[in-house]
Parts: sequence; C-alpha cells; structure tokens
Amino acid sequence: MSASAVVFYMLAFFILATGLLAVTSRKIFRSAIWLLFSLTGIAGLYFWLQMEFIAAVQIVVYVGGIVVLIIFSIFLTQQSGKDLPAPVRGRPVVSALLVCAGFVLTCLLLRQYAFRPMGQSVAGAGAGNMGVDASVGNIGAQMLSTSEHGYILPFEVISILLLAAMIGCIVIAIKVKPEEK
Amino acid sequence: MNQVPLSHILFVSAALFFIGMYGLFTRRNMITMLMSVELILNSVNINFVAFNKYLYPDKLEGVFFTLFIIAIAAAEAAVAIAIIINLYRNFHSIDVEAADEMKF
Repeated sequence: MSASAVVFYMLAFFILATGLLAVTSRKIFRSAIWLLFSLTGIAGLYFWLQMEFIAAVQIVVYVGGIVVLIIFSIFLTQQSGKDLPAPVRGRPVVSALLVCAGFVLTCLLLRQYAFRPMGQSVAGAGAGNMGVDASVGNIGAQMLSTSEHGYILPFEVISILLLAAMIGCIVIAIKVKPEEK
Repeated sequence: MNQVPLSHILFVSAALFFIGMYGLFTRRNMITMLMSVELILNSVNINFVAFNKYLYPDKLEGVFFTLFIIAIAAAEAAVAIAIIINLYRNFHSIDVEAADEMKF
C-alpha cells in the first residue's frame, strides 16, 4: 500500500468518524464543531484528488461561511450548553437498521459495476495518466465562455439565485414591529 | 492516487450520505437537521469530483457541477437559517414537532 493510499484511508476514516459524531452528539455546539471537522476533511479529500480550486471553495464557503452561519444561529436560538432532548424511543434503532440496509444495498450495487474511463484522451495516453487540467485559469475560461461547452448561462442564473436568496433572507427574518401586527 | 480504485471513494461518499440520512431520521432539532443535509450535499460533491477525475479525465463537467452545488447549498443554508430564526420568534422552539401550524 503506497503513501497516497494510506493518506486516502486516513482521510476517509476522519471524515466518516467526525460525520458520525456530528449526527449523534447530544450537545448542539459540539455537533457543529464535528461538522466543521468533517467538512475540512472533505476539503482534504479534494486536495488529495488534486482539485485545489474545489478544495479552496469548500474551505471558504462551507467552513468559513455555512458553519459560521450555523454557529450564529445556534447562539441566537438556544442555550448551547444544554443537551438536546433524547430522540423518540426506538427511532435510532429503526433508522440505523434502515440506513445500514441502504448502505449495504448501495455497496453491493457498486461492486457489480465495472467503472471504465470514458474520455477520448485516455485510450491513447494509457490508464496511468490522470490528466485533468483543473487549474483556476482553465476553470474560469470555460465557466465564462459563450461557446458550446461554456457555462455562462448557469453562472448568471446562479448569480440571480444568490441575489434572490439574499433578499429573501432579509424579508423572512425581518422583525415585524408590534404595532403593525 | 492510482492505487485507490474509484469504488472505494464511492463507498466513502455512500457512507457519508447514509450518515446524513441517519441524522435526518433521528434528529428533531432544525439546525441539526440542516447539518445532516449539508453532509448529504457534500457526499454528492465527492461523487461528482471523483467521477470527473477517474472516468472523464479530459473534461471539467464534474468540477462545474460541484461549484454550482456549493453555491446553491450556501443559498439554501442562508434561507433555511432565516426561516429557523423566524420560527423561533413565533414558537420559541426550533423543534420540528413544535411547529405544527402553517399560519399564525
């Protein structure tokens, strides 16, 4: 087993262990912190896959944005020192059984399928060459290109969506004055 | 990274997806349910990047889908937290079973 495989299995163990702690911890603030570790581990997995830009976006948006937002909302809505109420009796057992059944089914299906590279360059270059050019310049050029494989339309739609979400958040969370009620 | 087969990465993302499902089934607090949804979205992102890397090494489509999913997840989390805070003002609880009226 080479060093990179060892790194992958350690990252996988880290992601799954912290993810499991994030959904089972009884203190909500600890749960948010475990989620932060899990998301950082996923960023590490992207680094391991040599997708540096995705890893950077993952850290900036998830770790820096969403987790901080979740922690703010925890402080705004409840006492973070208190334990969460225990789940309904029997529900963890039933859902663990269901989830394990689903996972086993997915793994059996995955084992049956033989994945083969589909790109044109692979046939000539051989299986040893994993040549994704995921540099920032290449991603930016394709994202803003108006030619056949350009992503300018989804990019603009996403920017409208973000604007709509921003205005929507303000409208939803705005405080109604008592005399207007 | 050639020593690790694609199916092992898919096992990891499937496990992460089902961990998120377990959280959605057992939690009743809205913020923790939102965390489970984030785990599920991340498992999907891992799948996209791994397929892009292993099966279509001359294209970038998986990267773009991942970027758009991250942007939509950010918008979704912001709107969800605004709704949660508004709900907390009206019901003084963010337990899903406390919110049993749609209009107040």
